[in-house]
Amino acid sequence: MADETKRNPSEQQKAQGGEKPPAQKPPISPDPTAAEQKIAPGKAGDVTQGKAPVTVQPSPPGAAETARPAGAPPAGAHAAPPKPAGPATTPWEHERVARLKHQYGSGIKEAGTYLKQNFLVVNKEVVFDVLRALRDDDKFDYLVDETAVHYPDRDEAFEVVWILYSFASNERVRVKTSVKDGEKAPSAVPLWPAANWLEREVYDMFGVQFEGHPDLRRILLPDEWKGFPLRKDYGIIQQDKEWVQINLGIESGQ
Amino acid sequence: MKEVLKSEQNASAVKHLELAPEAERPYLDSDELILNMGPQHPSTHGVLRVILKLDGEKVMGTECVIGYLHRGVEKIAEHRTYAMFNPYVDRMDYVAAVSNGLGYCESVEKLLNIEAPPRAQYIRVILTELNRMASHMLWLGTHALDIGAITPLFYTFRDREEILKIFEKYCGARLTTHAFRIGGCLYETYDGFEDEVRKFAKFVAPKLDEYETLLTTNRIWVERTKGVGILSGDDCKALGVTGPVLRASGVKWDLRKAQPYSSYQDFDFEIPVGTNGDTYDRYLVRIAEMRQSLRIIGQAVDKLPEGPVMAKVPKVLKPPVGEVYHSIEAPKGELGYFIVSDGSTQPYRVRVRPPSFVNLQALDKMVRGALVADVVAVIGTLDIVLGEVDR
Repeated sequence: MADETKRNPSEQQKAQGGEKPPAQKPPISPDPTAAEQKIAPGKAGDVTQGKAPVTVQPSPPGAAETARPAGAPPAGAHAAPPKPAGPATTPWEHERVARLKHQYGSGIKEAGTYLKQNFLVVNKEVVFDVLRALRDDDKFDYLVDETAVHYPDRDEAFEVVWILYSFASNERVRVKTSVKDGEKAPSAVPLWPAANWLEREVYDMFGVQFEGHPDLRRILLPDEWKGFPLRKDYGIIQQDKEWVQINLGIESGQ
Repeated sequence: MKEVLKSEQNASAVKHLELAPEAERPYLDSDELILNMGPQHPSTHGVLRVILKLDGEKVMGTECVIGYLHRGVEKIAEHRTYAMFNPYVDRMDYVAAVSNGLGYCESVEKLLNIEAPPRAQYIRVILTELNRMASHMLWLGTHALDIGAITPLFYTFRDREEILKIFEKYCGARLTTHAFRIGGCLYETYDGFEDEVRKFAKFVAPKLDEYETLLTTNRIWVERTKGVGILSGDDCKALGVTGPVLRASGVKWDLRKAQPYSSYQDFDFEIPVGTNGDTYDRYLVRIAEMRQSLRIIGQAVDKLPEGPVMAKVPKVLKPPVGEVYHSIEAPKGELGYFIVSDGSTQPYRVRVRPPSFVNLQALDKMVRGALVADVVAVIGTLDIVLGEVDR
């Protein structure tokens, strides 16, 4: 924690010669705060790969960012391209998808396959029913993980992700739904008891509430913690300064 | 170590226990006692606090208080490049750092749509299996110590040392190894690596028998572990419990077989399973797993292919926009990484699916109705590492 808070973005840039790549607009979520907090990649990228025998590269570190507009395919013209073309999302065709689409209609927004991994994007109104159908009809009896991703620029800022696995057919599926800030997502605890702590962690880190969770409290952070750390707009430094001021009565050295 | 909780700050946790729906009372009507175990307790394997609700010596309910080791690695990841974050994952499950690194590197490789060369994959298998043995040895030593058998600790630490020496010679570090890089391995094997690994395999095989002579038919060991902390296969699936705990409950499921990664399909090995799902079976399963690891190591060393150890990776890693979930069979269970890329040099989100965190959730189910002393045995048999629970 101390190590993290020390890395003020501006100091980090100074330490690396003030070189900062142009503000990259991440295609899926152009978030100014997140972009600002991100430290300049600078040298760190080559510390490990520079020693690899295949990448003898005369261009200075950081040139790769400045040379290319953001959003371009990552395999740059000057670096050896590791793959032919970027992988693309293809529609997931399956009897199961057809059945779910038939049953829930427009509730199933998307069914795709990316890097051979299947996922469903579902409306939050029907997501619980879809999860139950997957568990009961398709034997997805193991909830591998439940987590969330914060996209502050979207209207529905939080994407809740369920990763399911079926022992019977040895396959995985990801079910995703989006909720607005302050809106409740349905809890998966009635379906898989494993969701209990996982949802508590999502609440702890993102502040996403779950409808029907038996005991939604913070789990990793103390009860009196302010804010939700994995939100993109959460500042680490300010929290640290405040804590030091209140608890130690001195100015923070960060 | 044990004290009656009175302070205000514990009130919420205690209240939760009283409201627990399963707190039926088939036991004697006597005063209930709230007992605090940890966070600094020798048998909690780190800073885990368990609040026990007791009726006499019987456990009526538990409440785990975790987070003492929370360092926010998922937040750190969003502020680091893909390569910079690699060493951080070693600090989660620090007794199986190599496994953590393997999972992370493979996940990013998947996102980049590249694959490590065959030689790198074999080196990864050798080191990961050695690490699995080291992790199980540490587990066996400390678990036996918790239950009262002091000797195995010295035996297992003596043999684990030989593994750490190989790690040290390979990459310079013993515990948090940072052995792998995205795209392969940074280091070629050192001179005599194969011979040393073979020598170790020869050395350690009889030692495993030695552990078994100390414990398997030891009457105290059997009495303390048989029938303790029983978890059925269905309970395991419902609670998301994986790894040796799941296999001891009779579910023959191992990601190395179910969804092979890093060339595991090339090796001939078996998945040991138990039948009763109790602490004793979990012990047998882990011992058997060490033997299987030796088999894998032997085959991997014999078949170690020639070639480069690093794939062609771009100098600056910028995975295309997208997300991927990849998981491996870590010594504790399924260790998964869910990585979201926004096309920049830093991950947009890294989610770690920690086996210890999910497995610990089963503690309550396993100890309800058992004795206080069994709680210690069950915490040991779950093989949790608090660095991974809290991250």
